[in-house]
Amino acid sequence: MTRISRRGLLKTGAAAGVLAASGLPLRAQQRGGTLRLGLAGANTSDSWDSRTHSDSYMIMAAHGAVFDCLTEVAANGELVGELAESWEASADAVTWTFKLRQGVTFHNGKAFGADDVLDSLQMHTAEGAKSAAKPIVENIAEMKKINDHEVEFTLKAGNADFPFLLSDYHICIYPSGQIEEAIAQGIGTGLYKVESFDPGVRTLLSRVDSHYKDGKSGWFDSVEMIAINDSSARMNALMTGQVDAVNRVDFKTEPLMRANPMINIFEVTGNQHFTFPMLTNVDPFTNLKVRQALKHAVDRQELVDKILLGHGAVANDNPIGPANQYFADDIEMNDYDPDKAAALLKEAGLDGLSIDLSAANAAFPGAVDASQLYQASAKAAGININVVQEPDDGYWSNVWLKKPWCACYWSGRATEDWMFSTAYESGVPWNDTGWENARFQELLLTARAELDSDKRREQYREMQMLVSKEGGTVIPMYANFVDAHSNKLTNSGIIGNVFQMDSSRMIERWWFA
Amino acid sequence: MHSVIRIILQRLALGLLTLFVVSVVIFTAVNMLPGDFAQAILGQGATPEAVDAIRKDLGLDQPPVTRYFQWLGGALQGDLGNSFAQANFASFVGADSGVRTTVAQQIAPRFANTMFLAAVTACIAVPVSLVLGILAALFRNSVFDRATNVTTLTSISSPEFFLAYVLILFLAVLNPMLPSLSNIFEGMSFGERLEKTLLPALTLTLVVTAHMMRMTRAAIINLLASPYIEMARLKGLSPMRVIVKHALPNALAPIINVIALNLAYLITGVVVVEVVFVYPGIGQLFVDSVKIRDIPVVQACCLIFAAAYILLNLLADILSILSNPRLRHPK
Repeated sequence: MTRISRRGLLKTGAAAGVLAASGLPLRAQQRGGTLRLGLAGANTSDSWDSRTHSDSYMIMAAHGAVFDCLTEVAANGELVGELAESWEASADAVTWTFKLRQGVTFHNGKAFGADDVLDSLQMHTAEGAKSAAKPIVENIAEMKKINDHEVEFTLKAGNADFPFLLSDYHICIYPSGQIEEAIAQGIGTGLYKVESFDPGVRTLLSRVDSHYKDGKSGWFDSVEMIAINDSSARMNALMTGQVDAVNRVDFKTEPLMRANPMINIFEVTGNQHFTFPMLTNVDPFTNLKVRQALKHAVDRQELVDKILLGHGAVANDNPIGPANQYFADDIEMNDYDPDKAAALLKEAGLDGLSIDLSAANAAFPGAVDASQLYQASAKAAGININVVQEPDDGYWSNVWLKKPWCACYWSGRATEDWMFSTAYESGVPWNDTGWENARFQELLLTARAELDSDKRREQYREMQMLVSKEGGTVIPMYANFVDAHSNKLTNSGIIGNVFQMDSSRMIERWWFA
Repeated sequence: MHSVIRIILQRLALGLLTLFVVSVVIFTAVNMLPGDFAQAILGQGATPEAVDAIRKDLGLDQPPVTRYFQWLGGALQGDLGNSFAQANFASFVGADSGVRTTVAQQIAPRFANTMFLAAVTACIAVPVSLVLGILAALFRNSVFDRATNVTTLTSISSPEFFLAYVLILFLAVLNPMLPSLSNIFEGMSFGERLEKTLLPALTLTLVVTAHMMRMTRAAIINLLASPYIEMARLKGLSPMRVIVKHALPNALAPIINVIALNLAYLITGVVVVEVVFVYPGIGQLFVDSVKIRDIPVVQACCLIFAAAYILLNLLADILSILSNPRLRHPK
């Protein structure tokens, strides 16, 4: 299959619809059946407010079934239109015009139009609103309704990734003037409408009669989403045929499940990565040589083998992952080399080093064990790591961003700019290393507005190099998304890797064989 | 009968005092846990401003003592407060829509489910343990007696989740007779509901049977040495009749006490079983609420647990008084 550059599609997204239509399925889809999902990540505090979504259950329910965004990252990584039909950018990537799909209605019968887009985006910047997508929407200087099915955005600064950002699961489109009602009942434009919703327990969805995605996705008649946070109960439910698919397969029981002929495990390496950020404004991490010594003091392969039990890949202190377009996999590896680490320490003028590493399993599953493995491997380099086990509760408030060195995880971002500007740009609140680098900062701003794909690739390569060699984060591994389904289910053969469960879109994209 | 009423009133008053103490203990304990609702709900996104905004919305910025008395004031008037989890934060929505889910609304359906599970279990466990206990007393020291004792003691000595997995293995995986997932929901027919509830009910039955069965057996055997039983035997009554007609009525008091204790356990001790079988009862709600520090819900759950214990114990005491003529008519 000829791969059309994602960026090529950005300037004129009109081709998107054509592409989706030409992506012929390998297996014939058929309508029917009730999909039963057993899902972790449900809470009694769940609601249909997409601004608050952060866990897999509600992302699948809202972003993946009930609501639509303006754009969508297809399973193969292409950006396609969802509620937007096409889009165009000005040469400096500052002004963006979106043509909206016509004839779309919300589940309550209201027709979809430009007002819904403007009001839904404003939800994120409303007075006092707490939205994870706020930085994205804040960059819009002006939103203009050209007509009912055309909107124009003027950005504060050019951003070539803008259409990509609008596919974020926080930016769902709600009916204008009925937003509170829509949040209470779950009224969107998606393929499935809400029949019943019991937060933290069960959600029942049914297929709408007609939809603009008809013939392309939405094969199940209805969907039952059962909240099963307990991992053994979830695996059991799949093994005994109580559900058709589960997320977050327990690595320890994965071999047993693999042995079951009725069950298929599907696993993708995305951008999810586990990190050990150091505060680069606190001694001894102010010293570049110390940071580099620590990067060479961890046995990355051992962590992949023992903590992820092989369900992941070695990372090179680079937050950009294999699911990103400009991922540079040719940067020289910061491999485990105790002698080199010891030599670097000597260059830093230190004779041995003794530091605390704060960890709790709230940071990522197995974080405490991973820290102890790090401790053992660093000993050979004369680095004495003291693992401080912190309580899981309040970890993100009391430890992360506060303790000089701790464990952390990132689910990754769909674009390079998004990841860098979330956690690596100078001065942003989640810059968990306090790292500042003039060249990196300069590149970040130029690359953001660069529409030429080749130039951008070069710029992002240099940035990844800077983070990997000089940055304050040790990123030893990418963790796979490992999910499982019964062999009654099937799919197009291409599974999205932006998020778990086919980028959270299993409900739309899969069908019963 | 006056003495019975006096005892009931006394016990009820003591019960209220106990509930008060429980609420203080729980409130203090939840407050001592690291992290609070705002931090738990925001996770990695817990910026100081966002945490402060949510705390302000929920009144968490006030000192604990003030918060406790506010809650107590409401609780005394029957208002258990609003669930934090479903609170519609002004800071999230931008404008407060005023929609609130009360704790009572959130707990009611879950409590009904837990009561259903307890009822199903009691319907199986109580008759089974009584019959086994009587038979064990009748055929004491026989192979049957030993076998019953060993089996029930083994099951009570195993952790609940282990029993649950063993039952899942035999009744759901190897012989798919019962569903391993007990996700009951509103609108299910009674039959379906019963089928889905059977595995957790059987697990709980295994947990509580030994206690009740052995108490029945011991209480009866204890009486068999009494002169009036000897008299009954000398009259030539059959051993079964001696036990059921003569010994059992006098052994009822301790048996009722043990049954009441176990019924209370069925309401308060089901957390693990509910989690393993994904049964949407109050135990699971309790775990979820502790996880996110939803204090009003945690408080209400604890009060329900404590009240169940107090009331069932009171009921047991009253029944044992009524079953004993000597206590019913004190000199």
